[in-house]
Amino acid sequence: MKRLTDERAKILFEKLSKYIGTNVKQLIDRPDGTYCFREHKDRVYYVSERILKLSECFGYKQLVCVGTCFGKFSKTNKLKFHITALYYLAPYAQYKVWVKPSFEQQFLYGNHIPKSGLGRITENAGQYQGVVVYSMNDLPLGFGVLARSTTDCKTADPLTTVCFHQSDIGEYIRAEDTLF
Amino acid sequence: MGRKAEYSEKPKKGPGRKARKQGPPVFRKQSFAPMEEEDKKLSHRQKQRFVKREQKKVVQKAKLQEKRAKGKQTQQVRRKTAYNSDSEPEEEEAVQPQEASSDEEVPQLVPAPKTKKSAAPKGFTDDNDAWLKPKKQKKEVEPESEEDDEEEEELEEESDAELEEGSEDENGLEEEASGEEDEEEVSGEEDEEEESDDDTAQVGKLDDLSDGEANSDDDFDISGDEDAAEASSDDEDEDDDDDDDDDKLPIERANKKLKKREAKEAQLADEEMQMTVDRQDVFQLPNEEEEAEKDLTLQEVQQRIKDVTLVLSDFKKYRQADRSRGEYIDLLRRDLCLYYSYNEFLMEKLMDMFPLTELMEYLEASEVARPLTIRTNTLKTRRRDLAGALINRGVNLDPLGKWTKVGLVVFNSQVPLGATPEYLAGHYMIQGASSLLPVMALAPQENERILDMCSAPGGKGSHIASIMKNTGVLFANDSNRDRIKAIVANFHRLGIVNAVVSCEDGTKFRNIMTGFDRVLLDAPCTGTGVVSKDPSVKTTKSDVDVQRCYNLQRKLLLTAIDCVDAKSSSGGYIVYSTCSVLPEENEWVIDYALKKRNVKLVPTGLDFGVEGFTKFRQHRFHPSLNLTKRYYPHTHNMDGFYVAKLKKFSNTIPITKEQQEEDEKQLDEAIEAEADPKEAEEETEESPEEKAPRKVLGKRAGKPSLTDVEQDLKKKKLEESKTKYVAKVFEKPVKVPKKPKPEQPQEKKGKKPQENDEKTNGNATPSKAATKKSQQNGNVEASQPENKFPKKKTPIKVHVPNKLAGKKHPANGTPSPAKPDAKKKPPANASPSPAKPDARKKPPTNASSSPAKPDAKKKPPTQPKGKSSALAKAPRVDLDNVPVLEGKPIKKQNKLKQKSKQIGQLKKSKTGANAGKKQKFKK
Repeated sequence: MKRLTDERAKILFEKLSKYIGTNVKQLIDRPDGTYCFREHKDRVYYVSERILKLSECFGYKQLVCVGTCFGKFSKTNKLKFHITALYYLAPYAQYKVWVKPSFEQQFLYGNHIPKSGLGRITENAGQYQGVVVYSMNDLPLGFGVLARSTTDCKTADPLTTVCFHQSDIGEYIRAEDTLF
Repeated sequence: MGRKAEYSEKPKKGPGRKARKQGPPVFRKQSFAPMEEEDKKLSHRQKQRFVKREQKKVVQKAKLQEKRAKGKQTQQVRRKTAYNSDSEPEEEEAVQPQEASSDEEVPQLVPAPKTKKSAAPKGFTDDNDAWLKPKKQKKEVEPESEEDDEEEEELEEESDAELEEGSEDENGLEEEASGEEDEEEVSGEEDEEEESDDDTAQVGKLDDLSDGEANSDDDFDISGDEDAAEASSDDEDEDDDDDDDDDKLPIERANKKLKKREAKEAQLADEEMQMTVDRQDVFQLPNEEEEAEKDLTLQEVQQRIKDVTLVLSDFKKYRQADRSRGEYIDLLRRDLCLYYSYNEFLMEKLMDMFPLTELMEYLEASEVARPLTIRTNTLKTRRRDLAGALINRGVNLDPLGKWTKVGLVVFNSQVPLGATPEYLAGHYMIQGASSLLPVMALAPQENERILDMCSAPGGKGSHIASIMKNTGVLFANDSNRDRIKAIVANFHRLGIVNAVVSCEDGTKFRNIMTGFDRVLLDAPCTGTGVVSKDPSVKTTKSDVDVQRCYNLQRKLLLTAIDCVDAKSSSGGYIVYSTCSVLPEENEWVIDYALKKRNVKLVPTGLDFGVEGFTKFRQHRFHPSLNLTKRYYPHTHNMDGFYVAKLKKFSNTIPITKEQQEEDEKQLDEAIEAEADPKEAEEETEESPEEKAPRKVLGKRAGKPSLTDVEQDLKKKKLEESKTKYVAKVFEKPVKVPKKPKPEQPQEKKGKKPQENDEKTNGNATPSKAATKKSQQNGNVEASQPENKFPKKKTPIKVHVPNKLAGKKHPANGTPSPAKPDAKKKPPANASPSPAKPDARKKPPTNASSSPAKPDAKKKPPTQPKGKSSALAKAPRVDLDNVPVLEGKPIKKQNKLKQKSKQIGQLKKSKTGANAGKKQKFKK
């Protein structure tokens, strides 16, 4: 567990703000104690300071995971969010997309969302805006990036992709080996 | 075209082959013997005739008796009579019946004929008279009233006789018999006389000549006439009469006999039937040879299982006399193994645990999969909502039971339950009903620090976290790195953010962190309770596996106990659970922990389940083990499971330092030895333990036992650690004392670092993990030794090195010289005061541990032969420190080295400690 370098911290917060915008502040200033981001084996963990201290007893190799894993830095210093970050992204998400029940399963298999699968969408979201994907009964299913702005979506073809898939909860099963 | 088949129904030709033939009709006795009834209707004459007949019967009886008495002679006599047809006896013959009739029991004496002879001439005066006389005489003898009747009777009886003759023809035997009797009667009468004549032949001839000569002529004629006449009419009548009686009687008698015989036979047949029925029920134990030859179908085996269980259910009644219960049980076990495809070992264990009927239920239940259950993740949803959502997806479910608020049982589902969006969103966890139990028993509270020692795949851990509502800290540990991923994935999926997941050997956890409020130890086990989930358990497990498991479990449990803080305001609890049903892995482990640590059993808080064993076969566990709970597939419809809840009431470890180090030494031995010979070493542990005064040394408060650490560190090279860790003053790592060096030149080089290791380890661990309290204790303890030390140290110094010096050189540092040392040291060290503080522990431990060593060394030769027996005995094993064998390469070539190292350590630590203390004092 080590602190993020400034560079990486910057990358992280930029990425976060794509999805939750200004709510990033709420992740850092919390009423229930200080929480912090830490890096462990290139993965970024978000955890309470209290727990973090206790985890220091463990050796580098023994420690597997503390708190919540947000994502992983690639060798080229790019951060890729894991589906595990959804736990914190979903409540704070500013832009959301809802998929129809018929397309739920499709999305959970890693497909992009076409216009036909789109149930609802937050107003005035721009193109390439990070969004959290929900099912129609408000179950967070994953997150992605809008391929088209909200206004474009309304006029789009039923088959055109509206939202690019980035991560979905199906990965818990599909990618358990690579994820952790 | 062949014959045309005729399909019209043919009338049945006879009773079917299988139709039961009706047995012979059973008549009441009366129907065959209507005599009494007839009696009532009898006319007067008939009555009279009846009376007469009765009398005749009596006479006949008497005759018969006589005849029988002289069975052989009669035949001879008969021939004689044929020759002497003209002689006197013939006359007498005619007379004889009368006499016989008058005097039923005529004594067959010699004089009798004489009297007859004298009487006979009287009657033979007239032809008619002669013809009538005998009758008259008879009648005279008989009551007068019958005279008239007799004639009529005779007539009647003639006809009767004819009829009877006819009837007699029908049944040949009877006829023959009666005919014979008749003949015999006639001849018998003659015989009597003849006999008497013969008897008296020499004596009586003269008489005959003198007396009989006068009458002889008359007699001859008369007798001849008489004979003829009698033969023609009267005699016939009489004979017929006699025949009548004779015939009737034998028939009746025979009939009666026959009936009796029939009745008897029927009874016998009944009995036999009963017997055969019983016998068929009673199972015949097959011989071994037979069995080997036979190829049994599964059904036959099943039948045999049933039979044997029946026999065993009432052994006295059904057993075969020459077969012992053991044979039946052996057969049953083999059959069960075959039928349910268990291996003999496991089946034997199960048979030991359950009574037969329950065993069958258990085995049957183990074949059937348990219902699929899920646990609601209360962090994300409520059970009702989840149930609604799943029902919408076509899942048929129900609440699991009243004892849980989060469990749901799934009857059937149209969608895979492990891939619904709800599952992926972490609303529920697929989890056996039984795995809810230990968490419920643990009863975690919010804001506690809880350890789940063997966590993978995280089901129970996540349950704990959800009960804590993501407060506090949950440490989820598992030693298997592959399975760790499952924990992490599940925790993230279920939204658990307060968890620290680590991959550490559970047995070393106390070196990393202690002071937990609660610890859940769901120990790795043989999995005998989850046979329905993993059928391979049935065949793959052996006693070695079980042993390996419980050794590990003991270690883990002691570690778990050490990790808990007894002073915790809310907790101090340890929950131990396994998915095995074997007592070795459950009660025995708990019992062991009760002895080794300051813990007590408390109620689990689960209101159902079977009480744990307090005794099992030869084992007698602590009586409070009935507070633990067992769960069986056949009684609770969940996997076989065991839950025990322990409360730690003191942080002290009721184990002396001596013992600990003893254990340590034995541990090292065990590392050298292979997996199997463990038992032997266990045995060795027993004896020194018992000898060693238990609480001679003060309690070590709060200090984790160092054995594991030390052992580990020994394996690694930890010279660096000297600098790393802050050593306590009184145990500061010391350079090897100069004295011993020249004495043991060869060993020294290898051992120096190790000896240091030991000490540094001893110091290192507390500094790392021990609580403040423990350190305080350490300090307190440290202060004491300084006072006493110089006094006691000196004698050791003086004695030991000398001996070493004397004996080492010839033996050149091989293990053998260690023994004499060990023997001689104890007296020197045993004397010291009962309360031995920390600093002074080294010397005594060496002394005590070294005697253990020779034992251990002696054992190995015995191991191979006594492996199984040792297992069976398996005394309370002191396996606190028996190493986990996985991952530790055991090389035989290292054995010698290690041994010699240890010996070196022993000596050095002793001397070294002394030296160290010296230095310390100097400082």
